[in-house]
Amino acid sequence: MKELSLNILDIVQNSIRAKAYDILIEIIESVAKDIYQIIIKDNGTGIPAEILKNVTDPFVTTRTKRRMGLGLPLLKYHAELTGGNLKIESETGKGTSIRADFSNSHIDRQPLGDISGVLLILMATNPGIDFTYLHKTDNGEYRFSSKETMDYLEIETLNDRKLLEEIGNMINENLKEIEASGIDFKELNRDIL
Amino acid sequence: MSKITSLADLKKKREELKTGMDIRVKAINPENVVQVKVAMATCGIASGAKTVMEFFLEQLERRNVAAIVTQTGCMGYCYAEPTIEVKLPGADPVVFGFVDLKRADQIIEKYIKTGELVDGIIPVNYQTIDLKE
Repeated sequence: MKELSLNILDIVQNSIRAKAYDILIEIIESVAKDIYQIIIKDNGTGIPAEILKNVTDPFVTTRTKRRMGLGLPLLKYHAELTGGNLKIESETGKGTSIRADFSNSHIDRQPLGDISGVLLILMATNPGIDFTYLHKTDNGEYRFSSKETMDYLEIETLNDRKLLEEIGNMINENLKEIEASGIDFKELNRDIL
Repeated sequence: MSKITSLADLKKKREELKTGMDIRVKAINPENVVQVKVAMATCGIASGAKTVMEFFLEQLERRNVAAIVTQTGCMGYCYAEPTIEVKLPGADPVVFGFVDLKRADQIIEKYIKTGELVDGIIPVNYQTIDLKE
């Protein structure tokens, strides 16, 4: 995974498979405190205790198509590379909460990347799920909720591409406002290429 | 155009877009349109499934192909990621592997538009993944 946002896209797939309909993606970053946290909370089926013990073992998965799963181990690896760690709390029937702690300044802490693009894909392909995105920095915070957006616009699905594009712009503008790191990654990439 | 920073701006923008939107929001019957499923498990995402997904979402609409683009789990062909499953109306699903943007373009122009097969097909007796399993 080249960007943290791709890790998020991957981990959220677990929540979707766990039949969650309310998923919170939260990022707390602080240069002053040198923290970079990614929190993903869902109200899915939860992870049974015996699997929870070994859930970051690549050879543990609930999937039947292949007998290994690398999503959580990869996120854990990326966090540990920066001196951080991964914590998972889960209760069967209530949901799962995952928190990855990174050191913000560590050179191996990847950029967040195209988080708005990730949110758009999640919203466009999972119409029944409410996604909330919360991003806190030293300069402020920004909150986006797919349900609130749809209610405000009085629409039932977010499948219109032009509208999705505008939502992406809105998220990016707001993140720029609080100077969340990694947001210009797309543009940066274009310049390099 | 002014920047959109709040839901109110977004609503205003949507009013502008609305005329075109009514045409797109047609009652889609999944059986009658092209279905594209992009495999979005760890293996797929790490190989670029997000870019491929964005390409299909954008280009199918731009090229006026009535289609539903969704995501699916790992199909078991991790070596060939990004993989996509394309189901034309009335046909069996076909799985394509190693889908970069060039191949994605070919898939739309040749397979989806004319039914002509292109490179990268994973030849198996394949059944759609049941996410509930």
